[in-house]
Order: sequence, then structure tokens, then C-alpha cells
Amino acid sequence: MPDMTKTEALSTEGAVAPVDAIAPVTHEKPRSLWGDAWADLRRNPYFLVSSVLIFVLLLIAAFPGLFTSADPTKGDLVHHFLTKPELGSIGSPDWFGYDGQGRSVYARLIYGTRASIIVAVAVTLIVTIIGSITGMISGYFGGITDAIISRITDIFFGIPFLLGSMVVLQAFTKRTVWTVVFALAFLGWTQITRVMRGSVITVKQADYVHAAKALGAGTTRILFRHVLPNAMAPVIVVSTIALGGYVGAEATLSYLGLGLASPTISWGVDISAGAAQIRVAEHILLYPSLMLSVTVLAFIMLGEAVRNALDPKLR
Amino acid sequence: MITMDNTSTVPSPRDGNPQTPLLEVRDLHVEFHTRDGVAKAVNGVNYSVSAGETLAVLGESGSGKSVTAQAIMGILDMPPGRIPQGEILFRGQDMLKMSFEERRKLRGRKIAMIFQDALSSLNPVLTVGYQLGEMFRVHQGLSKKEARLKAIELMDKVKIPAAKERVDDYPHHFSGGMRQRIMIAMAIALEPDLIIADEPTTALDVTVQAQVMDLLAELQRELNMGLILITHDLGVVADVADKIAVMYAGRIVETAPVHEIYKRPAHPYTRGLLDSIPRLDQKGQDLFAIKGLPPNLLRLPTGCSFNPRCTVAQDICRTDVPLLQVVSEQDGSELPGRASACHFWKEQLHG
Amino acid sequence: MGRYVARRLLQMIPVFFGTTLLIFLMVYSLPGDPVAGLFGDKGTDPATLAALRHEHGLDLPIMQQYWNYISDILFHFDFGKQIRSGREITDVLGSAFPVTLRLALLAFAIEMVVGLGLGIVAGLKAGKLADNLVLILTLLIISMPVFVLGFIIKTVFAFQLGWIEPNVSNNETWGELLTPAIVLGSLSLAYVARLTRTSMAENLRADYVRTAVAKGLPKRRVIGVHLMRNSMIPVVTFLGTDIGALMGGAVVTEGIFNVKGVGGLIYDSIIRREGLTVVGVVTVLVVVYLVASLLVDLLYAVLDPRIRYA
Repeated sequence: MPDMTKTEALSTEGAVAPVDAIAPVTHEKPRSLWGDAWADLRRNPYFLVSSVLIFVLLLIAAFPGLFTSADPTKGDLVHHFLTKPELGSIGSPDWFGYDGQGRSVYARLIYGTRASIIVAVAVTLIVTIIGSITGMISGYFGGITDAIISRITDIFFGIPFLLGSMVVLQAFTKRTVWTVVFALAFLGWTQITRVMRGSVITVKQADYVHAAKALGAGTTRILFRHVLPNAMAPVIVVSTIALGGYVGAEATLSYLGLGLASPTISWGVDISAGAAQIRVAEHILLYPSLMLSVTVLAFIMLGEAVRNALDPKLR
Repeated sequence: MITMDNTSTVPSPRDGNPQTPLLEVRDLHVEFHTRDGVAKAVNGVNYSVSAGETLAVLGESGSGKSVTAQAIMGILDMPPGRIPQGEILFRGQDMLKMSFEERRKLRGRKIAMIFQDALSSLNPVLTVGYQLGEMFRVHQGLSKKEARLKAIELMDKVKIPAAKERVDDYPHHFSGGMRQRIMIAMAIALEPDLIIADEPTTALDVTVQAQVMDLLAELQRELNMGLILITHDLGVVADVADKIAVMYAGRIVETAPVHEIYKRPAHPYTRGLLDSIPRLDQKGQDLFAIKGLPPNLLRLPTGCSFNPRCTVAQDICRTDVPLLQVVSEQDGSELPGRASACHFWKEQLHG
Repeated sequence: MGRYVARRLLQMIPVFFGTTLLIFLMVYSLPGDPVAGLFGDKGTDPATLAALRHEHGLDLPIMQQYWNYISDILFHFDFGKQIRSGREITDVLGSAFPVTLRLALLAFAIEMVVGLGLGIVAGLKAGKLADNLVLILTLLIISMPVFVLGFIIKTVFAFQLGWIEPNVSNNETWGELLTPAIVLGSLSLAYVARLTRTSMAENLRADYVRTAVAKGLPKRRVIGVHLMRNSMIPVVTFLGTDIGALMGGAVVTEGIFNVKGVGGLIYDSIIRREGLTVVGVVTVLVVVYLVASLLVDLLYAVLDPRIRYA
């Protein structure tokens, strides 16, 4: 992706140019928008922290067995849920204590990561693809196409997100990770459509797009070589931040009893169970909540770091 | 020298000595602290303006001409900007040592500024009448109604047609030339002693440029104001300026009365600028252009900043910084107001 | 201006019908039969079921059901009856909406005052300590799902410190609603603060602000008149659409603090498959949302004279 835009920037420079051509090449290597952004990101502590967090989360989601030897589904009533956490025993099943059925809270945290990550990543991918395409068509072609797509977007946007997802989920008798993905993506794509549309409208008016048109480039070529790469930046930022939001949304739905349900292991499911026992054992609620918040935080921090790096105005 | 002062509501510090110029900049340095290091934008600038006098400051973008002006106005972004040394004397008083309130009261009332891009420099959500009237409301305590009448008067003065009808329009309703007239009206509202015009005509059509320049010159004469005209356009300068200061890489490289510089530049950079003006009598020939780019302010070249682009540079130019020194005729007689910062000014001037 | 309003109103019509139809279809694609559900596991004879279905109009084609439903609302202000209890849905809504509306308004007031305040402080001190504190605080709030925040506040202030009652009583006094309102408004509060901050910090560098300083205006005038008006434009847009979002998002907060409002109503209705109630609530929320966005557009035009009414 960054490479594509880099070549893009170079090829368009040639096209715009008589004005700039007078100025001879700089002595220093010119940095593209993305190159500049990367230089900025590497020094941003928020970016570094969030990248490490996300890397670890992905690792946990992929290989939960690496992080705990305990079985998250096996309850042993020897460990009554009143068994408090032993924070000294880092990484052992006792670390965060046990839940009402004597299962290790720590093991369930580790194994619950996968559901959250899969849901959030899948929803983000789906809404980004649908939203980008609809937004690009709407913004680029304008007129009646734009009016129709915009009204459809308005319609989906008009339904409150959480309520709508609850209704969609209720339509499934058997709820899996994929039904939750469907419910969230069903109403989620409008956000990306709007961002993409706005971004494309701005880019469309840029001189290099006019230049490409003047040089006789076809619509497809203009869309995918010139408009899309330059309009993508805000979408990437919004998608990354939204990814964090979907982690939270999945947990919220599961907490309400409408998302994932036992025996699927998920933070939301555990938080829901913990909420019932909040007065006797806070730790059942506390640790999944903490894990959830840290995950959301990591993605939001990443998204914001990227946004700040891409926005020259903020430098 | 005659000074007019109609804004005597608050007595300003002024001494009767006509030798004291209106504004004097002494050894001014400005630097910007950026992510990539310290950019030295202004490196020891000296210039002065008297009442009724026009100083043209000439230079490429990045030469420090606008930064100097912003330092005078006190509108530099600090941080990242910093003024490590120098003095800016207004009627003999160092503005850099004044309190925030003292400086604020000078701004707009005694020293006003006209910006290059009137569209972005006017507030898009306020009517021009409001923005003009604000000067009177804030500095003279007029009521809203009185201020509005004054605004109409001002718009008439800068020759905006149908001022009364247009006073409640927003900036985006006006054409580029009209907007620049509004900027000028705002600057002369309180009949200041000094106006700094930062590329006032660059953003305008050529046909409108002359009108706006004429208006500015006319008002300057009428009010006997000092004018600092910042530009990169040698053509604009010739008609209105009394003296010229050429800036390069944050330094003044040459000063001269306006007409002499066209005849006999004393610095290779000035010569390059003059040679790059397209001329009708040289039709068909290649245009001259100064080679290379303005220097990187983060890493100024050693010696003379212009040496990498200079056609006559010698070894000394790469090691020793040339100071701005008074130049003279071959027979040693004085050339008033002339100075050059070139080791080889004699060759340039007389060669 | 008049034409602009008319055009916006015209645009709202398809959105109103589209949204209500969409939610209607979503609700009616739910599996399970609300009528059969009435009789529990034992079931009843098919004839009774058919009669009941006919009584509720459930045997008609779906589009006709929608049309009957929406025309009843539009022409008779009749939202239908709950199947289980037989109560008029307008009654049910009438008792639940005021509570949620009050909760949402309180949350709105909190997010506006605190969010704007924090945002202005951070924007004016961009890059300084205060700015960083606001950024970190809002980042934490945004990262914390509402139910997590709700439980933290409930645990700390109700269970451990005993300052508040854990549950809101049926009188729903403003004082009782304060804590739930803080929880409900927290996310938007963080967004408002950040939006204000970014907008202020960006406009602080605008040319017209530099002009205002060069005019010798006092600082509070530069900020209060020149900076604020321009900076408020994006914030107003957000605030306007948020009042509807707050009401729709109250499900979780109302559950945690046991507030008997729209959230609880819609949750129960979804679980019990009271389709008409769900559609009714969403319809009202859609109207709130549409009216709010129209108001925002008009306010926007007042704030920003550059908007053209084409």
C-alpha cells in the first residue's frame, strides 16, 4: 500500500507540473506522505506501545496454548469463586483467581481473546471493503448515483447501532462468531461509506486527477490508480479506530446475552457472568473488563497515531 | 520629517528627534525549533524605516523576509519560534522588552499589517463590516453602530463600490481585489504610523495588482505612513519604494536606494534577480535563472550562504561570512544608503 | 433558505420510510412466532393461533403489514398493541420515553458543559500538560465500554463508598439520574472534548486568527469571537446527532442502574419478540434523529455563512 502511493505521488508530480518543474530536484531525498508518516510514527510512543500490545494480542489469539497450560472450560470446585487472585503467581492459572464454576479466570481471558479479535477484524474488513466501494462510487460519480447511495446510507445510519445489532442477532437461533460479525457489519458499513465519500470528493478535485483525465486515462484507471490510493488515508484511520470499537461492541452484545454465549469463551460472556456476582467477587468482572479496555485502547491509540502522522496540519 | 498623529487618544512614547527613525530593527535573529533541528530563519537583520518612507524587502520564499515582519508585529508562533537576540525599536523603544499589553496596544493602532491571502486572512464567519468596525470598538471604544458607520467610511476610502450595501457581506462574497482592499482598509483604519504589507498583491490578477498598489501608495502619502513592502517581485518595487533591502537566507545581502540597485547591483544575488526579469528587448534569448535552490535553513552553508549558487564564488566565500558593509565609488566618494554583503562588492559594483 | 429547508425535508421522507421499513423487515424476519410464544411449550390448537394471527394482521403479506402499520402511526398516531399484555404501545412508550429523555438530556448537558470545557482548555494549551492530561483521560474513557465504566462507578460509589444508591428508584429524580447520566454521556463527552480540542488547535493557526492578533485585539476577544465561532462548527454537528444516539444507547446504562426507560423496554421486547414495540421505539428514535439532524443543518448554516443553499 505505501509503495503504491509513493509511485503514485511520483507519477502525478510529473503530470501536474510545469510550475514545479522549474524548481530543480532537492538535494535531500524527498519523502512521500506515507514515508513522512512512517518517520513520524517510529518516534511516537503511542504507536510503539499500541503496536506491541496488538502484536501480543494477535499472538494470544493465534496460540493461546503458549500463554497458559490450564483448560479454560474445566471447572474444579476446589477453586470456589471466592478464591481470590494471587497476583504474585504471574502466568499461573491462580493469577487472576477463579470464577463461579472454579475455572481459571486467567485461562479464560487468554482463550477469550480469539473470539474478540476474530469478530473485530472480520467486521472491520467487511465494512471497510463495502464502505470503500460504495463511498468511492458515491463520491466519484455524484449526481443521481450519489443521491441514491447517500439515502440508503442515511437509512441504515438512522437505525441506532446497538439496537439494530440486537434485533439482527435475535434473528439467529444459534449464535456464533459469524452471526455476531454479520450483525455488526450489517449496520457498520455506513460509517466508512461516509468517510470514503467525503475523502473521494476532495481528491476528485485535485489537479492530478484532472491531469490524468486530460491525459486520457480511463475511469477504472483513475479510480484505482489515482483516487483510491489518495483517498484511503482517512478510511484506514477510521477503520483502525472502529476496530477497537467493534471489540467493545462484541463484548457489549455478549454482555447483554445477545452476542456470543457459553460455551464459546469470550470476555463479554465472562463479564456478563461476573456482573451477577459483583458484590461477592469483583475479580471475575474486573480482569475481563481490564483486558477488554486495554484491547480497545490499543487499537484506538494506533488509529490516532496513524492519523496524526498522516495529517501534516497537526505537525 | 513630518509626522502626523490623529490617534491621540492614548499618548504614545515619541521623542521629537527627527533623526530617530520610526522603526529600527537591530541585529534580529529568529529561529524555529523543529523536529529535524533548529531552523535559522533570520540571522542578524538590520533595517530602518522613517515616516513617509517606503522600504521594500526583497527575497525568495524562505529568505526570512516575512518572518522578520512577523517578529515586528509580534505574531510569530512562539514556540516553535524564538528570538534569541536582537532589538526592534519603535520610536526608540524596544518592542521585544515591552509587556504583552503594551505591544497589543501598538498593534493595529500604530503598526498595522496587510497579509498576502486576504481570503484566508479575513474571518470567514464574520461580516467585513464587523471585522472593520472591530478596530474602532476595541481601540477607541466606539459603539457597534458608530463602528459600522466608520466601517462604511473606510470601505468608501479604499474605493469599494456600494460600500453601504456591502458592509454586511461576508468575505467570500467579494472578489480577490476587493478583499485585498478590505485588508488595506483594516490596516489604515486607525491611521497607523507604519504599515507592513506582506506580498499584498501576489495573490491577485496582474490587472488588479497595479490598482491595489496604487491605492496603497496613495494612502501612504496621504497619511504620511512608513511602509515596509515585502515582495519577491522586482517589478512592483520600482514604482513605489524609496529604498530596497535584499534578503537571502535570513540576512540582508544588499541595501540601496531603489533606482541605483537596478543600474548597479553590488551583490551577485541581486544581479541574478535582476537578470531573471524577462525583458522585451531580449526577446528570443533564454531566460536567466539563478542555479540551485535556496539553502536549507537547518544546515546553512559555511561562509557566504549564497556561495553554492554563486557564479563568482572564491575560496574565501566558502570560509568567511561577508559582513554587510558600506560601499563607495571607485574614487572613494560615498554612496549614501548603499551596502553589500559580498567579499567582492568592488568587482560587482565597478566591474 | 426556505428552499433549502424544503429540500432537506423532502430528503427526510425517503429516509423515514426506508428506516422504518428496514427495521420492520428486520423484526419480522425474526424466527419464532410471537403468537405461539404466548402459549408456552404446551402450545394450543392451530385454529386459535390462526384467529389470533388474523386479529393482529400477521397473516397479510409483509409489505401490506408495513403499510397498515405505518399509516396507522401517521394518520391515527396508533402504534398498535402489545401482543402479550394487550396494552397500547403508545401507553407503553408514553411511560418509558420521558424517563429516557430526561436521562439523555442530562447526559447531553453534562457532555456539552464538561466536554466543551475540557476541549477548550486542551485546545488552547495544545502540547502542554493540560492538553496531554485531557488526551489521556478521554482516551481512557473512549477505550472503556459503557458497561465496564458503569460497573466501576457502581462498585466504587455505591458499594464501596456508599455515596449513591446502586439502583434508581421508580421516582427517577434528577439527583438519582445523575450517575447514570454521567455514565451514559461519558463516551460522547470524550468525543466532544477531542473534537473541540482538535478544532481549536487547528484554527488557532489559521490566518484569520493571526490577523485578529495583528489587529491588536485582546486575547479573550481573539479566542471568544474569532476562534470559537469557527471551531464550534464541527462540534455542533456532533452534538446535534448525539441526542438521538444517547437515547438509543441507553440500553446498557439503564440495565446497570435499573432505570425503567426505553432501553429496558426495547431489551425486553427483543427478548420476548414483541416486534411492534421494537419497531415503535425505533420509529420514534428515527424521528428524533431526523429532526435533530435537520436542526443541526440549520444551525450549521447560521454558524457558517459560506454554506450555499443550492
